[in-house]
Amino acid sequence: MIQLTNDPIDFTALTEQVRSNAAGAVVLFLGTVREFTHARIETQAASLAEETPGDMKLAVKLFARARWPIVKAAIVHRLGTMELGDISVAVAVSTPHRDQAFEAGRWLIDTLKEVVPIWKQENWDDGTKEWIHPGLKKP
Amino acid sequence: MKLAVKLFARARDLAGTPQLEVDVSEPATVLELKQALARACPALAPLSPHLLVAVGQEYAGDAHLLAAGLEVACFPPVSGG
Repeated sequence: MIQLTNDPIDFTALTEQVRSNAAGAVVLFLGTVREFTHARIETQAASLAEETPGDMKLAVKLFARARWPIVKAAIVHRLGTMELGDISVAVAVSTPHRDQAFEAGRWLIDTLKEVVPIWKQENWDDGTKEWIHPGLKKP
Repeated sequence: MKLAVKLFARARDLAGTPQLEVDVSEPATVLELKQALARACPALAPLSPHLLVAVGQEYAGDAHLLAAGLEVACFPPVSGG
């Protein structure tokens, strides 16, 4: 389950969602806005059918491709303007054993950052904005 | 055929519109669509080789064939997380 939200992420509730008696290990990853020359981060998501936040088909396929025996997994990505310290993304995953949970969690966040159509935009102090596109030269 | 292509992030800013209509022969490949986009909107030309294309919400490679009526979206490399 992958959810987009405009509100602060409740990572405690997210973690509870993936807990299970079949899973001996739960890993939670939080991505946060770090100190970075006073930039604020704006995100835009491509929800292709309609441009309102919701589940994304492209992203849901992540779980199908994972190689680990995931019992449950949940991802929330926040959209909109975020300030220093805010949580932009949370990944929670449960598996029978801890090695699998760490590896699956790492794979889920790495893959999300490669394939899920969400972009950061940095807003600089001088009022300019810049989309972040890994691998592309700045305009 | 005419295809309505949704644009996101820097591609949208460069084009100045969230959706662009492009004319391509039918059938056309994704690569031909990218070339048509660059012709229809020269501001997108430097970006077009790097655009990711999703057809019906699935990623499509350069050789993928497009037909009329499909939902097509183009965007530069993603940076969420």
